[in-house]
Amino acid sequence: MTKKQDIRFIQGNVAMVEGAIAAGARFYAGYPITPSSEVAEASSIRLPQEDGLYVQMEDEIASIAAIIGASASGKKSYTATSGPGFSLMQENLGVAIMAEVPCVIINVQRSGPSTGLATKPAQGDFLQSRWGTHGDHGIIVLSPSTVQDCFDLMIDAFNYAEKYRTPVIFLADEIVGHIREKVVIREVDENEIINRAQPDCEPEEYKPFNHTENGVAPLAPFGDKYVVRLSGSTHDERGFPCSRPDNADKFIRHYTDKIEKNYKDIVKVRKYNLEDVDITLVAFGGSTRSALEAMNMARKEGKKVGVLQLVTLWPFPEDEVIDALINSKAVIVPEMNLGQMIREVKRLNDFNTVVQGVNRIDSMAITPKEILDKIAEVENESSRIFG
Amino acid sequence: MKAQEFLVKEKFPLFWCAGCGNGSVMHAIVRCFEKLNYTRENTVVVTGIGCWGKGDDYINTNTFHGTHGRALAFGTGIKLANPELNVVVLMGDGDGATIGGNHLIHAARRNVDVTSIVVNNLNYGMTGGQYSGTTPCNKTTSTSRYGHIEHGFDLSGLVAAAGAPYVARGSVYGIVQLEKFILEALKKKGFSFVEAISQCPTHFGRLNGMKEPAGMLNWIKENSVSVSSANQLSDSERENKFILGKFADKEKEDYSTKYLRVIREAKKIKEGGK
Repeated sequence: MTKKQDIRFIQGNVAMVEGAIAAGARFYAGYPITPSSEVAEASSIRLPQEDGLYVQMEDEIASIAAIIGASASGKKSYTATSGPGFSLMQENLGVAIMAEVPCVIINVQRSGPSTGLATKPAQGDFLQSRWGTHGDHGIIVLSPSTVQDCFDLMIDAFNYAEKYRTPVIFLADEIVGHIREKVVIREVDENEIINRAQPDCEPEEYKPFNHTENGVAPLAPFGDKYVVRLSGSTHDERGFPCSRPDNADKFIRHYTDKIEKNYKDIVKVRKYNLEDVDITLVAFGGSTRSALEAMNMARKEGKKVGVLQLVTLWPFPEDEVIDALINSKAVIVPEMNLGQMIREVKRLNDFNTVVQGVNRIDSMAITPKEILDKIAEVENESSRIFG
Repeated sequence: MKAQEFLVKEKFPLFWCAGCGNGSVMHAIVRCFEKLNYTRENTVVVTGIGCWGKGDDYINTNTFHGTHGRALAFGTGIKLANPELNVVVLMGDGDGATIGGNHLIHAARRNVDVTSIVVNNLNYGMTGGQYSGTTPCNKTTSTSRYGHIEHGFDLSGLVAAAGAPYVARGSVYGIVQLEKFILEALKKKGFSFVEAISQCPTHFGRLNGMKEPAGMLNWIKENSVSVSSANQLSDSERENKFILGKFADKEKEDYSTKYLRVIREAKKIKEGGK
């Protein structure tokens, strides 16, 4: 029997809510902020229709705290914000990492720093999404480039959160959040949905942090037959505070390892025309749209240009970027910041490949023409290697 | 379960200083758990950071130990996602009333069915006795050596004004009355708040001429008046007193109960749309 499909023409922000509900999310706590407010509005309408709950908190600090609490009670939970609110969430993001509570944080990026230009797009939170909260940790960050991504990738976001007991950052931007496109809201097969593992031991034997190698311990919800101790302080396997150096070392490595060592499961990229390229455009989020258009225009001019879209931003898709650096004469990184992702690309460039950025921070999207101009510039400057 | 059975004895002795009031309040809480037949499984104790934020180390129910000032926000999510749980939020005056003051008044206004117990020892004990949002004017702390020039919150008055259906202030000196307030608060459907005036002989007491625990307890006792007799006092006289008693005790429909109506309305719209 075929599954139901609903074809709609909606904003990315609204598609994210449908994706979250399809993934099984039933709790939203948030504080409205442009350009993410439609996520709050759609959640307030849709969640109670599905026996879920929407609550508007007094600030973003409380919002992320409430979703962590709700997830600890067993409900898949999410919040949405933009730059200023994302900054406020950083401390409690660390609680979700330390207590290993699954949740999804949507950041619809806008121009910053500070209040910046509230209604305008940017991609300036690329590094903050990785390193914003203090202390060593791993994190999963996914970035949509279409309204369909807002639905489909949200399911991945919740699946990763549940599988690895971790917060997942859904790093959208104003372009993707506000654009309206056709989207297929499909009924998701239950095999596609991952729910956090549940313990099957005797209650007195349960330890919420008794992890397997590169995996995570089952997480029982509050109110079940198990007693659960969760803590943002450094703790032992039972959840009691523990200041032993060997214990701290073990757990802090675990927060990174459980993400980094599952790289192959987590990293998603999309490759366009990479079989035979001179120049690869490495892009993410809304800028991918311009990169794809630039690629099509360049191909019409007979130039061998391809696009590597990073869907997973963190852990950084190193293997795929290294392939691009090896297989291309030049790599161009268009991003709406002064060069955050290009730092990662250059870090991996042991191959003397030309790496250049196309950057805008004036609140306007990068146009395909600007990328084409950069392609021409790189070709001219590097005429020796291009032959 | 007996009160004693809610304690994590293997973690004793308590981390708190000799003469601290926290142990007395904690014991009153677990005595109430026994009276109300709470279980370890259906109860969540939520804490923030500070001396009283260590309270969950010694209680063997479900626990959630969060960040400084945010315990009520974590507790809000825990309760709303599973209204069957007994959610008890333990905070100090620095944690719950200073850095977390905004969450406190909004929790009181929102009326989620959690019980919050603020132990108010008039200063930040954990970090060395700096002034908090409840330190009285003119008192000495490690960051107000020349006398404190700000005024402390009347916390119970604040929370009552924010709309909480149950608000009471007791003291560690009057532990029997305090325990009665905690019991009533736990039973109350909706947001309930108990403020426990407590002694910190190590810091606040030492810097204000009361370094013996009994000295600060006596000071609390001598400066305590009941809610009814406080009505006769002028504003300036009231400010230097601990006004003990109930500030609110009324019925008010809680958030989760009201939200059932939201779900009913939402489903009508959804069905109508089909």
